[in-house]
Amino acid sequence: MEENKTPVVDTAADTETPLDKNVRLMSPTRMVVRRFFRSRLSIIGLLMVVGLFLFSFAGPLLYTQWGEIELDESGKTEYAVSETTYTVNGVTYTLRQTTEKSLKDNFLAPPSAEHILGTDNEGYDIFVRLMYGGRISLTVSFIAVFLITVLGVVLGGIAGYFGGWVDNLIMRVSDVLMCLPGVPILLIISTLLDASDIDAKYRIYLLMIYLTFISWTGTARLVRGQILSLREQEYMVAAEAMGYSTGRKIFKHLVPNVMPQLIVQMTLSLGSMILYEATLSYLNLGVKAPYAAWGTMINIISTNQDILQNHLNVWVPAGVCIVIAVLGFNFVGDGLRDALDPKARR
Amino acid sequence: MLKYIVKRLGLALVILLGVSMIIYFLIRLMPVDFIQDKINAINQGGATVTEETVQAMYAMYGLGDNSFGGILKGYFTWLGALARFDLGTSFVYGLPVAEVIVEHMGISFAIALIATIFEFLIAIPLGITAATHQYSLRDYFVTVLVMIGISLPSFFFGNMLKDLLALKLGWFPASGLVNATVSYTGVELLLDYVRHMVIPILTIVILSIGARMRMTRTNMLEVLSSDYIRTARAKGLKESVVINKHAFRNTLIPLVTSMAGLLPTLFSGAIITEQVFDLPGIGNIALDAMNRGDIPFIMGYNMFLALLSVLGVLLSDLMYAVVDPRVKLE
Repeated sequence: MEENKTPVVDTAADTETPLDKNVRLMSPTRMVVRRFFRSRLSIIGLLMVVGLFLFSFAGPLLYTQWGEIELDESGKTEYAVSETTYTVNGVTYTLRQTTEKSLKDNFLAPPSAEHILGTDNEGYDIFVRLMYGGRISLTVSFIAVFLITVLGVVLGGIAGYFGGWVDNLIMRVSDVLMCLPGVPILLIISTLLDASDIDAKYRIYLLMIYLTFISWTGTARLVRGQILSLREQEYMVAAEAMGYSTGRKIFKHLVPNVMPQLIVQMTLSLGSMILYEATLSYLNLGVKAPYAAWGTMINIISTNQDILQNHLNVWVPAGVCIVIAVLGFNFVGDGLRDALDPKARR
Repeated sequence: MLKYIVKRLGLALVILLGVSMIIYFLIRLMPVDFIQDKINAINQGGATVTEETVQAMYAMYGLGDNSFGGILKGYFTWLGALARFDLGTSFVYGLPVAEVIVEHMGISFAIALIATIFEFLIAIPLGITAATHQYSLRDYFVTVLVMIGISLPSFFFGNMLKDLLALKLGWFPASGLVNATVSYTGVELLLDYVRHMVIPILTIVILSIGARMRMTRTNMLEVLSSDYIRTARAKGLKESVVINKHAFRNTLIPLVTSMAGLLPTLFSGAIITEQVFDLPGIGNIALDAMNRGDIPFIMGYNMFLALLSVLGVLLSDLMYAVVDPRVKLE
């Protein structure tokens, strides 16, 4: 990278000192970083993502009042009022009867000092479950994106480099996978997982791993397309002449040149993975109760109209977390795209 | 051109064959068992079902043998029927699958079509202003707004709109397609449909504007930096003429091409939105079928989706050649 350094004239320097003292050298990486941080949206996006990470991973360590599946059993008294009307001798009497019922779980509690965002319909603390839900959502999406990228780079790299029947085979398989309808297939796979007696805690990981098997096609196509054009360049002829091994040519000379586009795609797909996971959990196919995920926490409103209308603190915070996460990754991805694009200079 | 289309259609057939095989095997492995549910229902009714009847029922629905060979045989039976344009009979509805699909597709199509029209009407002007005022406050404002739209999960946003506009403010009905308590006819019925569709369509439009707007903005920026635009400005043309007559026409190329890609979106139904608003569209029906193990319907629906996406890709490639004379298909 040394020879790539681009001189940038420091405007603040005086004209007396020799030129080479006046110029600062910047590596391409530093220029990308500088361009990235010049955009306000990328900084906001980065702050959103980092904030959510701290909230989800460090949060439960600092705020230990409640656990993920710890019920608030402090009890709650519910009052039910029944009204009966009698008409005696033309005069109407209304009898109001109040029944008191003591319950073990303190469910649907309003936000208070004890429960920052209140409790949900089971009696779990919502604020704490947001943190644990964030852990699942973020971890799962990172694993999925990582696996998709590995599969996509390897298969796309092989297809682009070797061409011929290998390319044809991989591309036809990817054609088939691309035409598989996404949500229905995930629904089917998810019911398959129900049959196997896998721990409720781990089934979402397995589900996302299956998801990678059908989602690598986009990355593979991107890598293949890039490698097809790079393969013809002079420096690859030079690499050929040096007698480098195929693996070295693919992974040391071709793949690094695809990295910029790859990084952008990875960041943007992190956002869509979070949405995918949340949707599955919302349909009660992802993370299942009693464990928390942002989507699972919203699931309750599809059956409980009362919570939808009157207990916004139960489901809105989870939705806000999803939006912050997806928006953050989208902002960062956009910022990276602009920063890595050599044509877009501001 | 004709040779190209024939070749692509042949390829599409191979792709669909692959897709059908994957989906069929996955469905047969599903633990949801329609027959078992049916037998349970009969048992609950008080009657007893003999083992022979159970076996006979499984055989009747073609689900008797769950070994690899049995599934393979089932697949070829399904494929053979498909060759005679028969998608089989839905377990749940007792009607031909094609009929069920056609019956519920109309409502999904209507919602998707109206939503798409609004999406284009809003997204394109937004994209153009954002591009012509690049890096201005207006650009940032529009970009951030549509990015929020992209980032919203449909189930969350749909429920939020439902809570606010239907349940809290009471402007529109919360779910369903018709008001069950009143029997409207004619124009009133149509108006009732419209009232029920406002929030679902609003949900879909807000979620989908972003992608289209950003696409328009990127294309517009690219066109605006080309030489002929500089020439047009140098000639002294008014800025509005430069933008609307010279630049915009070339941004239409990718927009028109992407319209062919809308094919699956228009007919497949928005599963989540339909579920949130309890609309009897094709997506909601499919979700229900999947929970009840209605194998012929799930197969039919998924193949219908796959066919649409294959055709969508093919059509957008063809459109590309039609719209842009520089593109040659080989």
